[in-house]
Amino acid sequence: MSPVAGRPAGSPSAADVVLEIRGLSVDYGLGVDAVHAVVECDLTLRRGQVMGLAGESGSGKSTLSMAALRLLRHPALITKGEVLFHSKPSNRSDGGRTLDLLRASDGQLRAVRWNEISVVLQSALNALNPVITIGAQFDDLLKVHRRDLSAAERRSRAVELLELVGMTGDRLRSFPHELSGGMRQRAMIGMALALDPQLMILDEPTTALDVVTQREILEELMELRDRLGFAALFITHDLSLLVELADEIAVMYAGRLIERAPANSIFRAPRLPYTYGLLHCFPPMHGERRPMEGIPGSPPDLRDLPPGCAFHPRCPWAMERCRREVPVLTAIAGTGREVACWLHSGGATVPQELDLPDPPPPQAGSPEPPTGRHRRAER
Amino acid sequence: MTAAASPIPTAPAAVAPVLEGRDLTKYFSVKTSRGILARRVKLHAVEGVSVSLTPGAVTAVVGESGSGKTTVARLLAKIITPDSGEVLLDGEPVPRGRPRAFARQVQMVFQDPFASLNPVHRVRYHLARPIRIHHISQDVDAAVDDVLRRVSLDPPSQYVDKFPHELSGGQRQRVAIARALAVQARVLLADEPISMLDVSIRLGVLNLLADLRDRERLAILYVTHDIASARYLADTIVVMYAGQVVERAPSVRLTDEPAHPYTQLLLSAAPDPDRSEPPSLAGSGAPPSLLDPPSGCRFHPRCPHVMEICRQQEPPSVDVSPRHTAACWLHVEPAQRRVSAVSAASGAEPGTPTAPGSSPTSPSQED
Repeated sequence: MSPVAGRPAGSPSAADVVLEIRGLSVDYGLGVDAVHAVVECDLTLRRGQVMGLAGESGSGKSTLSMAALRLLRHPALITKGEVLFHSKPSNRSDGGRTLDLLRASDGQLRAVRWNEISVVLQSALNALNPVITIGAQFDDLLKVHRRDLSAAERRSRAVELLELVGMTGDRLRSFPHELSGGMRQRAMIGMALALDPQLMILDEPTTALDVVTQREILEELMELRDRLGFAALFITHDLSLLVELADEIAVMYAGRLIERAPANSIFRAPRLPYTYGLLHCFPPMHGERRPMEGIPGSPPDLRDLPPGCAFHPRCPWAMERCRREVPVLTAIAGTGREVACWLHSGGATVPQELDLPDPPPPQAGSPEPPTGRHRRAER
Repeated sequence: MTAAASPIPTAPAAVAPVLEGRDLTKYFSVKTSRGILARRVKLHAVEGVSVSLTPGAVTAVVGESGSGKTTVARLLAKIITPDSGEVLLDGEPVPRGRPRAFARQVQMVFQDPFASLNPVHRVRYHLARPIRIHHISQDVDAAVDDVLRRVSLDPPSQYVDKFPHELSGGQRQRVAIARALAVQARVLLADEPISMLDVSIRLGVLNLLADLRDRERLAILYVTHDIASARYLADTIVVMYAGQVVERAPSVRLTDEPAHPYTQLLLSAAPDPDRSEPPSLAGSGAPPSLLDPPSGCRFHPRCPHVMEICRQQEPPSVDVSPRHTAACWLHVEPAQRRVSAVSAASGAEPGTPTAPGSSPTSPSQED
């Protein structure tokens, strides 16, 4: 696929791309018992973009992103694909360099992880070291990655980072258990930002938090993104949240990427039966209450996938072809969106619900990329 | 009211409640630290909460973690004993302890269906045992099949001999609900029944609860942190903050016209793809420590509309409109604020440590 196929407005160019995942496949286990957790996934992230990765548990969204950084351990096995990281540090004027993370040496990987791509995990309590203070953890990190800094400089950088995420510097003396869940997650985000990464992978960063805290942290995160300009891969099961946050949303089901489109288009005019169903799983906050159905059945067992499209047993529009052939992700001409569904290729009649007109792209020709915040203001 | 036009039926208000909690208060005793300086202090988990559950209606209790919503459910189930207040079944106070007849009629459904079913037993065992213990039916097998059908696990033969690990999360939660139905429960206390389930199957379980409410006239307490699902399912929503009820109203009314600043904050923070303007986070911050809750209104350290009286006097529960109450001084006529303050003070508030006129306690440290 073309790396910039999804660009709805502005000037697409290959130089804008920060991460390209191509044909990535990950198995758990070997041989006939292998579970195909991620199958042939393509995903492209542009600089400064927030890409939302949505899916239910077991859909492979975490596996995909962790595999891209090679953070998976045995029995996970990356069987295929490449992950091209186009590094372009802001302090260098040259064109940057491109590295295939799946073929990089340990040393090359070490230089990329945290420095250029950082990760925020769901459970901050598990990700932080419980027996040393937050300050010591910041210090360790800066000591390893920024050798030229003195102890005093490291401390002041740590204070600066805490303040960046809305905490006070005296929290450096706290142990993780002394902080609330929200503050722990903030500290994690502060650490992830410590080395000015170009890309941040956020794996369900706010799922365990209360709704008010979640909102505060997300608002801060988006503000930091606008200011510091990193790209973000935001993984969550909460599609309604992603619609507000992300520029683009990719939906996964049973290990495959099955729809990718601008966030607003996904929300207003989903093309895929699964996405359509998923959107109807979140009761609205306004308007008249209407009975909603959700999606019948349950997510498939990866050890025993149905033949053809993995969603066909739950799909109200399933056709004969869906039971036999696996649909591949294909672009819908002229829309900048991609779907993996037989309804949208091969001359099938598209049901009315899945054929709503695309919402107008956010202000074509505007110099700024359309971000979640701007879009929110526009509506 | 818009709820009346909704296809989701709303119970008439006149039905007598099955289960009622009056003025429930629960303190937990916790240690402040370790070693010789350790003191036991009171954690104000729930204070002065009244909830009544009517047949054929769902009451949702919404709040953040630590707001006391689960404690309310447990108090109503008599799993824990209140420090003051009482639980009434059909208008009669329930004797001390947990009488078997009460236990049969008031059943809980827990958050985690992976933990609430015994992994070494089949579905049949989970359902047959309560039927035998409570002498519900002579024909146990038929009764088991019947409850499985009632939770849409049909045909029952496909499920009775399965172990919990062979079922999906949604099916497991259905078995947990079936277990409550097996003993002919009249009240279902569901504590976050869908939060552990996959997104795509949550609505199925919510619809099952709605169905049981309508078809079997169950009284259901739905405890949740997800205000959108409460709006979808519940007839009445009760919003809790720091152990107290701050607002109570028919669900559509509450989410469309929230009266309490905390409810407004909660609604603004909730994910909402249809949002027309950026969320206003007036009053964001963290809930107060329940070891030493703020004087007056517990929300006052965060409240964007805080007034002097809020720091001193606990707000009364005010009728904002029919069946809609909010515990907030903003809804008391300014002229009456002083008067009601006096009456509230003479009403001997046991939990109010500061006398009127003393300096307000400083807001607790928040991030």
